[in-house]
Amino acid sequence: MSGGRPSPAALASVALLAALALLPLLIPPFWTANIFGRAFVYGIVAMSLTFLATYGGFVSLAQTMMGGVAGYVAAVLVPDSVPSLVGGVPYAAAIPVALLAATASGLLVGAVAVRTQGIYLLMITLALAVGFHLFAQANIAWFNGYEGIRNVVGPEVFGLPFRNTFVFYYAALGSAALLYALVLYVVRTPFGLVLQGIRDNPRRVSALGYDAALHRIAAFGLAGFIAGCGGLLVTFYNIGISPGSIGLGPTVNVLVMCVIGGLGHPIGAFVGALVFTLFDTFAADIYDRDRFNTLVGAVFLLIVLVSPDGVLGLAKRAVAPLRGRRRVGPAAGAAPNTGAPLAAEE
Amino acid sequence: MLEIQDLSVHYGQAHALQGVRLSVGAEPLGVVGRNGMGKTTLCQAVMGMVGASGGSVRFEGREMRGLAANRVARAGIALVPQGRRIFPSLTVHEHLRLVSRGKGARWTIERVYETFPRLAERRNNGGTQLSGGEQQMVAIARALLTDPRLVVMDEPSEGLAPVIVDRLVEVLRALRGEGIGLLLVEQNLGVATEVCGTVAVMVNGRIAATMPSRALLDDEAAQRRYLGVSAAVGGGQR
Repeated sequence: MSGGRPSPAALASVALLAALALLPLLIPPFWTANIFGRAFVYGIVAMSLTFLATYGGFVSLAQTMMGGVAGYVAAVLVPDSVPSLVGGVPYAAAIPVALLAATASGLLVGAVAVRTQGIYLLMITLALAVGFHLFAQANIAWFNGYEGIRNVVGPEVFGLPFRNTFVFYYAALGSAALLYALVLYVVRTPFGLVLQGIRDNPRRVSALGYDAALHRIAAFGLAGFIAGCGGLLVTFYNIGISPGSIGLGPTVNVLVMCVIGGLGHPIGAFVGALVFTLFDTFAADIYDRDRFNTLVGAVFLLIVLVSPDGVLGLAKRAVAPLRGRRRVGPAAGAAPNTGAPLAAEE
Repeated sequence: MLEIQDLSVHYGQAHALQGVRLSVGAEPLGVVGRNGMGKTTLCQAVMGMVGASGGSVRFEGREMRGLAANRVARAGIALVPQGRRIFPSLTVHEHLRLVSRGKGARWTIERVYETFPRLAERRNNGGTQLSGGEQQMVAIARALLTDPRLVVMDEPSEGLAPVIVDRLVEVLRALRGEGIGLLLVEQNLGVATEVCGTVAVMVNGRIAATMPSRALLDDEAAQRRYLGVSAAVGGGQR
């Protein structure tokens, strides 16, 4: 946990990254781009929610919307998109603008929802997400309505098109790894600790001299940036963006990924995204084509029933007996072993 | 340092604080009283955690009433809340890093570990894995790291073993040497009188009397009248 020597977790992360970097040599290109690459980019969007939910206690349904803001801004700006609404702005400029817009949308959602908690926060972020979806669907001048914007091919990297399987895979992997490291770094800074303090007890945090509302809004801004990175990559992956890709379905899918993987650690978002992608891709092959969603739903239900804290929880319980019982992680929800009432505030 | 004038707090119809007047200078001031007399409300009203309906709270000449809790904290007042209120999911070290104001501050994390060696041993333990005494040390350290000029403590001895209370009294006495003001709210008359030369007695949301600690300890009739205890219980309890 403390700084200094590399922890086993950090070493495991580096080993995992190296393994993933070599993975395309071993698997068919379809798996590289459409399973792992896709899992990384959706996992980034999911991680923005995991970040908010795990460290701040804010369950937001607006993360797909924030990703959509980035996707739409880029789609409107870049050359060669169809229809060309603004066009002509090179990717090198359009991408930062898109990420800035996503961050701003995150700050805005955070500010609007700053006084709400729990189910009310869920409702207000859902309303914002659905509102943006409907607006994009109805607005022709900026969003080209129902059809959306096509042919957003992504930037060229070293002369190779972004759609190249390997370019996409490594861009997705690199972004995911950097953002994952960013989240793990941020939650250990005083800002991240304040955020966790807010989750535990917002009044106590203000009594220590911090403006809980501002920290909350800033956390949503950071989540907006992360979701924006994911949304951009999703847009390049789909070679365009349409209202359908930011509707209720994709919004709920992100929540499902987080829950399947397990809240509690940002890696859960990627685990959940991978499981989701596998089922989303192959369920139609192993079950009736018209009703494969039944299978997807049943599997998700099973995972959540068996392990309310998702795949991460399963893994933790599988590993725990091997490690012995000497360590109870502070975030694992250890039962209070003192008489003092801790969680409930005055 | 702290001047409280006619401070009133209402919870709906209930008039919890009814014109409280107190003054804290360089010497620590104790506030004693039975349960439900408004002691915790007083702490929270000073801190800006509950809204006051009247009166004033002046700290170093500045009006604190109406300021949000985070602004009161930044002005130099720290609260050690009743029941400690440790963050359950943060470790000891994370608690300290959360509040640490950096190198220039009088209280740094290193100094906290020197003062409370037990916390250094427990630095990677979660908030819920600590004993009551350790939690109290974390709560006090957390308050000191905000670099306060006045600390408000709400029943710090509550639920602690007698040996730990002795250690707590030493720590509180040391604060005076630091030049940090102390408003000590206690149900334990023994602790309040050992730490503070002057105590105020709170009854039904008012300050019924302010007197030297010695005088209250010697006056069994006053103890019975104000606190419903006699020295045999109140003074000897701890």
